[in-house]
Amino acid sequence: MTTEIIISLLAAAVQSGTPILYATLGEIFTEKSGVLNLGVEGAMILGALAGFMVAKFTGSPVIGFLAAGVVGSFATSIHGVVCLWFQGNQVVSGLALTILGAGLANYLGTAYVGLSAPGFNPLALPVLSEIPVLGKIFFQQDLLVYFSYCIPFLMWLFFAKTRYGLSLRAVGEYPAAATAAGLNVLLYRWVGILVGGFFMGLGGAYLSLAYTHLWTTNLTGGRGWIAVALVIFAFWRPGRAVFGAYLFGGVMALQLRLQASGTQLPSSLLLMLPYALTVLVLVLSSWKKGSSDEPGALGVNIEPVD
Amino acid sequence: MKMLKVVLLLTLSLFLSTANAAEKEMKVGFVYVSPIGDAGYSYAHDLGRQAVEAMDGVTTSYVESVPEGPDAERVILNMARKGYDVIFATSFGYMDPMLKVAKQFPKVAFLHCSGFKQSENMGNYFGRMYQARYLSGIVAGKMSKSNIIGYVAAFPIPEVIRGINAFTLGAQSVNPDATVRVVWTKTWYDPATEKEAAKSLLDVGADVIAQHQDSPGPQEAAEEKGVYSIGYNSDMSSFAPKAHLTATVWNWAPYYTKVVEAVRNGTWKAESAWPGLAEGIVDLAPFGPMVPKDVQDAVNTVKAEIISGAKKVFVGPIKDQSGAVKIAEGVAAPDADLLGMTWFVQGVVGTTE
Repeated sequence: MTTEIIISLLAAAVQSGTPILYATLGEIFTEKSGVLNLGVEGAMILGALAGFMVAKFTGSPVIGFLAAGVVGSFATSIHGVVCLWFQGNQVVSGLALTILGAGLANYLGTAYVGLSAPGFNPLALPVLSEIPVLGKIFFQQDLLVYFSYCIPFLMWLFFAKTRYGLSLRAVGEYPAAATAAGLNVLLYRWVGILVGGFFMGLGGAYLSLAYTHLWTTNLTGGRGWIAVALVIFAFWRPGRAVFGAYLFGGVMALQLRLQASGTQLPSSLLLMLPYALTVLVLVLSSWKKGSSDEPGALGVNIEPVD
Repeated sequence: MKMLKVVLLLTLSLFLSTANAAEKEMKVGFVYVSPIGDAGYSYAHDLGRQAVEAMDGVTTSYVESVPEGPDAERVILNMARKGYDVIFATSFGYMDPMLKVAKQFPKVAFLHCSGFKQSENMGNYFGRMYQARYLSGIVAGKMSKSNIIGYVAAFPIPEVIRGINAFTLGAQSVNPDATVRVVWTKTWYDPATEKEAAKSLLDVGADVIAQHQDSPGPQEAAEEKGVYSIGYNSDMSSFAPKAHLTATVWNWAPYYTKVVEAVRNGTWKAESAWPGLAEGIVDLAPFGPMVPKDVQDAVNTVKAEIISGAKKVFVGPIKDQSGAVKIAEGVAAPDADLLGMTWFVQGVVGTTE
């Protein structure tokens, strides 16, 4: 492979990693508050549809993108009602959200299949895009990719440096102590779910507004599940999520490029790579559990205190 | 109580008489695997359905996005119970469910697309898409400057492999140096993956992208890169106005209206039908403005030869990737070999695994 192909591979890694990155960051935010939301895929697909529909109606991809976030929050609020109001099982509720989201998006989106909407196109950043190698990989992408560069840093800042961030982590770590300290645990968890859902919706919209400018059933193609796995790989740290998402995107892009360059390896084997990587990642991260930032009360419901 | 019985009987007889009246109108049902708005495979079948709907004394209805498997059986059974006279099921995975229902309803005509099983009252049909792909290969071979043509393909099954081979033979008939690079996506409809696959082909120097996929994802990739593309299923030029050279398209209307007419006249018999360019079932979409006149003429000449039967696509000598002769000189491969094709011709870069 020539240098040019490798650079284009890495640029593709960033692009195909971006929807997963948005979703992974959303799930990290939710899990930090102690809520396990397995409905990422459902929130993503609804976000993808909402983004597409709104961009088509308003003609503005930016409004579509934001609408996708709002719809993502709406979708995950169902999870909030079940788990926070009714103390329902978080695993079951998340799975239900995935199935509901796919079904609903399929139903509502039928009329939009095969249409195209205005979306985001690559926009080379002045100066930065002229940096050798790195410029081509990171700064000849679209606006949504640039936006995604900022979020991990902001999220880290929020968790590590702000009072609200620390409180949210406390709620996820040890809700009883957080309650004793006077924090409104349920409120923080609502914030965790809704903000997380917002990012999941954005991740979906990346697929329908930037990656392609199309809507179709099952557009997310299981990327929400990969995000759930990447949270564990990232040890619940936003910075590591970037690495994980690009690694995963890179493996997806790599297997297609290996085929295109005429390898004799069977395509079935190559297509397995991203999923084999997921399994490997899960094994490795459970082996190094000590260094993980897994919230102590993840997936544990709390009784509301009256 | 007696009054109630009378009322019941009256309603029943009323129901029966309306049912009788409805029998004069022929009812034709269609089962699709994807939404009809997909600008692709099901959309093409639905255009055929609309032609049937336009026939006198025929009403049609369809169910879209029916998953292959148990759900399909329920849908087909439901249509048969409701008194449909003809039922078309348009995806491979409907084969066994349809066969099961066909046995229970011997008076209904069942037709299954792309499969190989049949019974007394169930026939199967498909189109010789490879003929249109050969023609589109000529266009690609003429238009390519790098002599690398990319082909985004769904699954390595005979239908797809046959299409790739025909396309490659077409390209090489006008450009012996042309090679066709294949990337498998292992999905029929995933725009993001298909687009990425097309980009990977562009990265290795392809300047024409063809596809055996149902989404316009690969077209978008070609448009963005400023190279050429060839669509599939229906005219995809709206997704890539500057790239779209032509598309290999389905045109089911003549076949569907013929079958429905035959069932109405009582002349229909279950058979295995494989119509092609000559019957108008497959064709090329109108050429884009960038296709020069001489290329269009070259394609139309070969098209006329295929229609008249003077030319066949798979006539030896045809070698496989290793250089071994698979179809001997002067021999036209029989349909059975075409239906079971699992090897690539020389000039294809890629594996069939």
